[in-house]
Amino acid sequence: MERIKYSELSSGTKLWWAAAILTIIMAIGAFAVFKIEHYGHIVTGMNNQIVWGVPHIFAIFLILSASGALNIASIGSVFGKQEYKPLARLSSLMAISLLIGGLAILVLDLGRVDRLIIAMTTYNFKSIFAWNVLLYTGFLGIVAIYLYAQMVRKEQPFLLKSTALIAFLWRLILTTGTGSIFGWLVARSAYDAAIMAPMFIAMSFSFGLAVFMLIFFGISALGSGQYTAQMRIRQARLLVIFVGVVLYFTLISHLTNLYLAEHGGYERFILLDGGIYSFLFWVGHIFIGSILPLILLLHPRLNIRKGIIILAAILVVLGGFTQLYVIIIGGQAYPLEIFPGYEVSSSFSDGIINKYTPSYLEFMLGMGGVGLALFIILLGVKILRILPVNLSKNLGYENKLDVK
Amino acid sequence: MTDKSTNRADIQRRNFLKSGALLMSFSLASGVNLMIMNSGANAQANAKIRWGLLIDANKCSPECDACIRACANEHGWENNGKLTDPQWIRKVKLKNKQTGREVSLPLMCQHCEFPPCVDVCPTGASFKRKDGIVLVDRHICIGCRYCMMACPYKARSFVHEKINNQKTTTPRGKGTVEACNLCVHKLDRGDGITACAQACENSGNGAIIFGNLNDKNSKISRALANYPSVELRDDLGLNLAVRYQNI
Repeated sequence: MERIKYSELSSGTKLWWAAAILTIIMAIGAFAVFKIEHYGHIVTGMNNQIVWGVPHIFAIFLILSASGALNIASIGSVFGKQEYKPLARLSSLMAISLLIGGLAILVLDLGRVDRLIIAMTTYNFKSIFAWNVLLYTGFLGIVAIYLYAQMVRKEQPFLLKSTALIAFLWRLILTTGTGSIFGWLVARSAYDAAIMAPMFIAMSFSFGLAVFMLIFFGISALGSGQYTAQMRIRQARLLVIFVGVVLYFTLISHLTNLYLAEHGGYERFILLDGGIYSFLFWVGHIFIGSILPLILLLHPRLNIRKGIIILAAILVVLGGFTQLYVIIIGGQAYPLEIFPGYEVSSSFSDGIINKYTPSYLEFMLGMGGVGLALFIILLGVKILRILPVNLSKNLGYENKLDVK
Repeated sequence: MTDKSTNRADIQRRNFLKSGALLMSFSLASGVNLMIMNSGANAQANAKIRWGLLIDANKCSPECDACIRACANEHGWENNGKLTDPQWIRKVKLKNKQTGREVSLPLMCQHCEFPPCVDVCPTGASFKRKDGIVLVDRHICIGCRYCMMACPYKARSFVHEKINNQKTTTPRGKGTVEACNLCVHKLDRGDGITACAQACENSGNGAIIFGNLNDKNSKISRALANYPSVELRDDLGLNLAVRYQNI
């Protein structure tokens, strides 16, 4: 049987334009970092009530997408679905790059960026945050070996199988860790729930696949890479399942909270009278990010159209950002319940909905991380043989479903 | 450069944890000295002692803010009403939704026996001393603010901008987290009382009793033994060193 051939991304004007734009985005991110580092977080919109802001939304979105993007490779190598194998290299490269982008944001938002070495060398092993540092760095190493095993000239099936399995299990543990950063916060009504871990895994599947599809569309538009109709439609169907699973977890987490009187106030805030947060929840996460893509991807005629699939993936990404905004910012905006049964007030925002207006620097930092992730992907596909180029009928890849 | 700073941080930490009455100073910039009153921290941090506060809400006058002013003055922080300003101790007004009864009380770090901030801190910068005081080691705090997410009492503040005119006894720094340290420097030099408790006593209200919770004969232990008191969010099982009466 014919072997799949891989190639580097060919040079061209479009590629250089893409590289230039990403460089500018990274430079803008760097500007934000220097400004925040110099003046302190006073120049951001974050404050003593909303301590994690827009940078954390970007960072967590990228980190979740990183582990989710690896699913394509895992489906091929771990679960033996042949049709996913040609994309395994790209999937692994994306996993590494998106994680680096996300971590860069997280690290550059620290109050003391200069003390990164302390974060890397001084661990409190009771902290899930410290464990995440190890899980993230371990993930980068394991996926790098996995990528090597896919690309090495002389195929080593044992190495490939074993690294694929370890990477898959590792990514599940990693996302469990990311969800538990919130799930293990006993202090706040919004968090303190074991469901955060599996919900974050579901979110990573959904966001990661949508991001993978969009980036692959992008690379294909740059002139290389064969995103066959068959692949695209198969992945679109998979996206339906993932979006559905996220909705399921969202439903269960809110139903559980609604059942408990102590969380009634928080649920009312998020679902009903939370202003921007209720709006983002219903319009952003539920309608734009879930219902609309599900309608598009389940529609018998529309769901094979390229443009519709791209649109659905974009909507899932937008929905993902709004979902994280509601979880991260909304969760902090709702006041701590230190005195149940009392109306409280103080000079330190007790008993009121906490205010937060993100500053432009936070978006610049977040976009800088996105730019970095995309730049590494672009560099990877340019210098490594990542993209499949001979997907044909002989290999079982048909293009006849292709509908523009 | 990085190695050097790490070593320095390690040494600082070791000193902070182990040294006797050492007084170290860092030159931050020409003319500015950050003095670390390390206090005998550990010579005097006695595991047999557990420092604590008992606050009687009935005696706390709603108009009085003596404890807050005393704390700000002692430690050199200032809150001008900006959301980014620090607040180590705050007055909270409570109104019972059922009965309408109103009280006010000061709220600060509760110095938990099982502090969530210490659990979540990735580097171990949040730590608990042998005598139960929960502190932030400013030399290894990386400014991630996870402790602020984890604290059930919103006791911690993040330093959002450059600080001038610091108190030599309370080192603070842009980009790190801070909170009530139970006037650790005062205790270590033998003052035997915190600035807030002293101010409350001076004001005549006498709403705050400070003392050793492990000493059955101390004023605080006797008051706790004789009258009912509560811990805030006692459902969390954190065993707080700060107790309240008459909420």
